[in-house]
Amino acid sequence: MTSFPDLGIRVGGAAGDGIATLGESFARLFTRNGYHAYGHTAYQSVIRGGHVWFHARGSAERAWSLGDGIDILYAYNEQTAEIHAPFLRKGGVLVHDPEKFKFPADRMPAGTRLVPVPALEMSRKYASDPILSGSAGMGAITFLAGFPFETLVGILKDNFGTKKQEILDQNLGTAEAGYKYVKERERPVERAFSPNRGAEKLLITGNQAIAMGAAAAGCQFLAQYPMTPASTVMHWMADHASSLGIVVKQAEDELAAINMAIGASHAGVRAMTATSGGGFSLMVEALGMAGMTETPLVVVNSQRTGPSTGLPTKTEQGDLDLMLGAGQGDFPRAILAPGDVSEAYHSTMEAFRLAEDWQTPVLLASDFGLSENFQSADRSDFPMDFVPPHLYAQAPPTTPGGFRRYMHTPSGVSPRAFPGQKGFNFVAGSDEHDEFGHLISDVKVGVPPAIEERRHMMEKRMRKLDGMRNAMKAPDLEGPANAQLTIVAWGSTAGAVRDALRELNSDGSKVNFLHISRVYPVKSIEVAKALVHTPKTLLVEANYTAKLGGLIRKETGIDLPNRLLKYDGEPFHPAEIVERARGVLAAGGH
Amino acid sequence: MTTTQTAMEGVAGKALPVVVGKSDTKPTWCPGCGDYGVVAAVERALKTLAIPSHEVFIVSGIGCSSNLPHFLSSYGFHSIHGRALPVASGAKLANHALTVIATGGDGDGYGIGGGHFIHSMRRNLDITYIVMNNEIYGLTTGQASPTSEMGHKTKSTPLGVIERPINPIALALAAGATYVSRGFSGDVKHLGDLIANGIKHRGFSLVDVLSPCVTYNKINTFDYFRQRLYKLEGSAHDPSNLVSAFEKAQEWGPKIPIGLFYQTDRPTYEELEPALRNGPLVQQPGGLRGKEHLLDEFV
Repeated sequence: MTSFPDLGIRVGGAAGDGIATLGESFARLFTRNGYHAYGHTAYQSVIRGGHVWFHARGSAERAWSLGDGIDILYAYNEQTAEIHAPFLRKGGVLVHDPEKFKFPADRMPAGTRLVPVPALEMSRKYASDPILSGSAGMGAITFLAGFPFETLVGILKDNFGTKKQEILDQNLGTAEAGYKYVKERERPVERAFSPNRGAEKLLITGNQAIAMGAAAAGCQFLAQYPMTPASTVMHWMADHASSLGIVVKQAEDELAAINMAIGASHAGVRAMTATSGGGFSLMVEALGMAGMTETPLVVVNSQRTGPSTGLPTKTEQGDLDLMLGAGQGDFPRAILAPGDVSEAYHSTMEAFRLAEDWQTPVLLASDFGLSENFQSADRSDFPMDFVPPHLYAQAPPTTPGGFRRYMHTPSGVSPRAFPGQKGFNFVAGSDEHDEFGHLISDVKVGVPPAIEERRHMMEKRMRKLDGMRNAMKAPDLEGPANAQLTIVAWGSTAGAVRDALRELNSDGSKVNFLHISRVYPVKSIEVAKALVHTPKTLLVEANYTAKLGGLIRKETGIDLPNRLLKYDGEPFHPAEIVERARGVLAAGGH
Repeated sequence: MTTTQTAMEGVAGKALPVVVGKSDTKPTWCPGCGDYGVVAAVERALKTLAIPSHEVFIVSGIGCSSNLPHFLSSYGFHSIHGRALPVASGAKLANHALTVIATGGDGDGYGIGGGHFIHSMRRNLDITYIVMNNEIYGLTTGQASPTSEMGHKTKSTPLGVIERPINPIALALAAGATYVSRGFSGDVKHLGDLIANGIKHRGFSLVDVLSPCVTYNKINTFDYFRQRLYKLEGSAHDPSNLVSAFEKAQEWGPKIPIGLFYQTDRPTYEELEPALRNGPLVQQPGGLRGKEHLLDEFV
């Protein structure tokens, strides 16, 4: 459907076949030749067997999502061919090893062809391990996609560089056999790319960008309990912890993780925890403690399909109400929801800034799609010039009558001091307290001065919510200013929406996109302005109850009646948004 | 200490004691509560060790005993139920120059916080954990706790407790704690020594304190303990002997031992953590300035 060079390579098989490595390598064929890329990983909660696949999309324009079509399908087994071959675009190919299975030509879509590659046979020349045969397929597909063999040599050297030379040689030999075999018999696919489009790009996941953004913001402490799809935040941090001087603590559970992060932050370092909905549910009580003790804290919630254990390896945006309401009582919080890897980096830095400026927890809402999928990016997307101020070396201002950690101020923000700093001893408490931190929850509670103090303390803390709202940027309206239709979405759904927007506006339609990447506190006036000035709206969300729509209605009174909601765990494809948007444009009313 | 902090000395406008003493907040415990003895013993231990009050950080959970940090003049953090140890652990990892003490009750530490208790011990951070064990839930007006004895009739067990109590000493020995002790809040000097030695000990120290609840536990009273307690220090027990420590941990009846059950030397978590090799994290710079090479791995 795209008018610019755009190519989809999909590889599928069973867990244990090395599908993710193959897929990531295909995505790197694009980025190393200067193309934009998107790598969608689809796996199951099994370590061996099942059906897993990876879609690598390359594009001459920004690849915001996995796109809509397959041009090269590399099927490790018959099931993969059966599931994915129907989505082959005209001019596309199905690559398979006839030794594994044969696929009848009459089951191929019109205008597509079969490309048999005896990959196992090629690999047996070098080793008995069938995993090696993947390199033959990689060689074949490098040719079919239009790329030189040298690009693949570089990728394989990086993939196997730390292993024995013998392993690398086996893979290079098998890959070359696959490349030559296909070159002698086949032509590249119709949509094949020209090599060397420009400078090589980076290929990075949302979680890697989040972890790196945290480090760039000055985060020195990450406590986390493993949970898909948040675990790779910890993996990047752990890989770099020693060299960057970051403590990465795998905790015994999410309760420990968030409380450790609160302890570390209270003691004077920037701290974060990351989890998914199940773990976040366990963190709820401590989140309130961060609010009550006014401890800066960044919590990454990478959403997956709920409820309960749900679909652990699939995406959803189902936790918005949980994040908005997590914790008993009222306390200020912010929720950011980046839409792509560059935003993930910058939003994480912003989360740390907000948490520190307003001394309160900030939630970074990611989801499986953003966290685990790969996107191309440029080095300039990840600036590293920020020098985080050294918290512990800062002296709080003096206050008469002892240190008032919770001093009433117009902004609600009070001076911080850290254990170890001489002259500021205080006790922080999850109980309601006065300016000094003294409890007003037991012998004083209900007595008139304490009633007044309680009211002042609530108002002090909640003033920070207004402060954050004022400090935060309004949501971006992407696309033409005066549109016939405004699409509204948050978080990583932005990717498919942006791809759809390009398609929708290519035929003269005027559609724009209100991207709510700062979800809370809601910039109510700005959101309302954007929505009352557009003739029609379309809300796109990956949950059942249109949670963002509910928030917008609550905060602005505006209802968004046209909705595209998805809750099957699968990513949004641009085409389904285009179709729905055209339907809304064609229909009467709002 | 940095020059900034030296310059800050005394500027808060109120002279703080050099070492930890009582704060302006008076304890709100019931008259006769065992926890008065514990706060006195903590104060005594910190005075003995002469640790500057600003370098002491006392973290508690929730419950009667968890109010303790408010009654001393150090830095403190009164956290949520069961989470004193993770908060204390995070603070210790952020600034291991601090003397970090975690306090709470038996419900807080052995019940809702039981998971953290086990893992904190195998982790061996240099934290001293003082558990005021009264074998009852006091602040919620008298329900069974994880250490309530079989048959104990409480508001939640009117016919008597029908599950075995936790043995915190045996549990600590099994979990790998490197300093395992039990004190009695009726013997402040002995308890103060156990706490002081626990603070001095390099690694995780457990001080389980038999601290009677005079309001809701009419079984495990001061008299109950005075009739049964004896000190390990005067016995043949060798605190470096883990097997003997396990044996002593099983004694609970006519004779109940207090004192040091076990002590061993093992590297602390903070000593093994590479990110802390240059000193406390709070003193280290953060950020990625000049680290653009990190992007190379994404090519």
